[in-house]
Amino acid sequence: MPSTPSDSLVKVSNLSFAYDRRPVLSGINMEIPRGKVVAIMGASGCGKTTTLRLIGGQIKPTSGEVRVDGKVVHRLSSDGLYQLRRRMGMLFQFGALFTDMSVYDNVAFQMREHTDFPEELINDLVLMKLHAVGLRGAHELMPSELSGGMARRVALARAIALDPMLMMYDEPFAGLDPISMSIVGELIRKLNDALGASSIIVTHDVQESLKIVDYVYFVSAGKVVAEGTPEEIKASRAEYVHQFVWGEADGPVPFHYPATQPYGEEIMTQAAEVSNRG
Amino acid sequence: MANKLIAVLTDLGHRVTGALWRLGFASRFLLMILVYSGTSLRRFHLTIREIYFSGVMSLIIILVSGLFVGMVLGLQGYDTLERYGSSSALGVLVALSLVRELGPVVAALLFASRAGSAITAEIGLMKATEQLSAMEMMAVNPIARVVAPRFWAGVLSMPLLAALFSAMGIFGGYLVGVRLIGVDAGSFWSQMQASVDFREDIVNGVIKSFVFGIIISWIAVFEGYDAEPTAEGVSGATTRTVVTSSLAVLAADFILTAFMFRGA
Amino acid sequence: MNRATLDLWVGIFVAIGLGALLFLGLKVGNLTFASAGETYQLHAKFDNIGGLKVRAPVKSAGVVVGRVSEIKFDPVAYVAVVTMLIDKRYQFPRDTFATINTSGLLGEQYISFEVGGDTAMLKNGDFIKKTQSAVVLEKLISQFLFSNNKAGEAGGNAKK
Repeated sequence: MPSTPSDSLVKVSNLSFAYDRRPVLSGINMEIPRGKVVAIMGASGCGKTTTLRLIGGQIKPTSGEVRVDGKVVHRLSSDGLYQLRRRMGMLFQFGALFTDMSVYDNVAFQMREHTDFPEELINDLVLMKLHAVGLRGAHELMPSELSGGMARRVALARAIALDPMLMMYDEPFAGLDPISMSIVGELIRKLNDALGASSIIVTHDVQESLKIVDYVYFVSAGKVVAEGTPEEIKASRAEYVHQFVWGEADGPVPFHYPATQPYGEEIMTQAAEVSNRG
Repeated sequence: MANKLIAVLTDLGHRVTGALWRLGFASRFLLMILVYSGTSLRRFHLTIREIYFSGVMSLIIILVSGLFVGMVLGLQGYDTLERYGSSSALGVLVALSLVRELGPVVAALLFASRAGSAITAEIGLMKATEQLSAMEMMAVNPIARVVAPRFWAGVLSMPLLAALFSAMGIFGGYLVGVRLIGVDAGSFWSQMQASVDFREDIVNGVIKSFVFGIIISWIAVFEGYDAEPTAEGVSGATTRTVVTSSLAVLAADFILTAFMFRGA
Repeated sequence: MNRATLDLWVGIFVAIGLGALLFLGLKVGNLTFASAGETYQLHAKFDNIGGLKVRAPVKSAGVVVGRVSEIKFDPVAYVAVVTMLIDKRYQFPRDTFATINTSGLLGEQYISFEVGGDTAMLKNGDFIKKTQSAVVLEKLISQFLFSNNKAGEAGGNAKK
């Protein structure tokens, strides 16, 4: 995607990460331009969530680097990381709301921890954020009283509490009903544009994400195998992309988990043994 | 045959090195808790909240158990002392047993099972549902905000609970010995006061309960923080908290007793 | 569970916890003397302190008036030097006799003050001149056996 370096909020260069000896990412390159929504797609376990953690500085890469707003994340001091995280918002897979606090306190959490805002101001801000996700009336409920979709939306309100410049979404559509899914999709796009932020969505929900994103990266076996705008992806002839987008059962991602013998042979060998004994 | 033996030895070595590694990690974790304890002090209401959930919620079990233990001491003590004509020393027996040993130790064991397991489960579940991760990503240190207050709440609650246990126990012993059986109230209390020394017995008992509080709280928060983020992981961690802290408390009790009551 | 309720319950918890500690200290233990604070020092030399320990009571007329605070060995005179902290309320004359007694037959040992008639009182840091060492049980028994033997022999001799 044509962009000059200053346009990219996040720049991933030659990033590799291995967990204990098992390589998870092998030299991936990505760019997240300012103001855009980018999706990272791929099968489960291909390293998508790991990429988010590397961008957020929760883990350190084995080689390569991630630059956010020009700063190399894994070389930041703990103070620097702290400052950076205050400008990032992350939506975890099932919301990860603090279960011992009400919806209101969850959204107010970051404001109370990081700012000296008086309670009246916090009150206004919290209700505003909740209104943006459509849950202002639910501010007194506890997380255990919310449905999955509602919890996800509250977590979204919490993540945007301090108007971050970068939003990261870990499987935001997972486990939701169609209505909630399209609500979340709309919110991601609207909030991104309203905040002037950039967003990264890690997902394997093709239909919902292709509706709202500006660019897509496909990750398989630790490498970026395809990238492009939603139109380019839909029209792609690449096998992996085609299988993923059209949901085909078999293709580059095989249907069968590798077994020692092909099944036909195995049955014939067993039949031969039985007839020998008899 | 030799292969099997080697396998067994390797497995044993693996377990030992694994345990040592874990101990090292736990020690670094304790150091981090101490370093990041500022928040627990500056925002003391966080610690107060945890004192409520660990200390106040354990009150019932501590008070009731203390009462029953004291009453049993009264009964058993009388039965044995009566044989040597020393039933007037019942107060001494009940008080010293409780203040020196039973108060700190039994209160610690009860605290480990009730509050320790709850702390482990809570932290483990927060880890499993990514709440700790979310906190980290919001630039809030989970050790300072979640772990340290629970640690200090346990350390502060333990001596109070042990004292309450001992006090209830002495009251229970009094109820059984004096009111029920008929030991003389005067000698019950006066002999007790003559034999229980504040510095030797009571202060030592308080020191013991502080040490037990540190042990239990440390193990409880560590197991929770280190738990596998699954249902089995959290349940295993909770069990380990209760077992490990109970054994550690009993071992520490032996060591402390050897140091404190050697001269007497 | 709002903050006010939490604070209330924790306050109650801490209050009864400290109350229990106070109860243990005062009614169960012997906190009264240890906290008295106002004491002065007296020293005494003994040939043998027997089983006397630091923190053993110092009694006069059976009432506790002080505690043993230190026991040292004098390597020049080969005697034990005992330091005692005596309650400031009680003054003792210069010719007080300090003996080491045993409470009961086999109980713990303590120092007993028997007063004389001297008008001058002992001051802080003074040495008690008259002391009597502890009775060592083994010596007593061997004396008894020995003197019994002697009496038996004398009686036997007399018969002859």
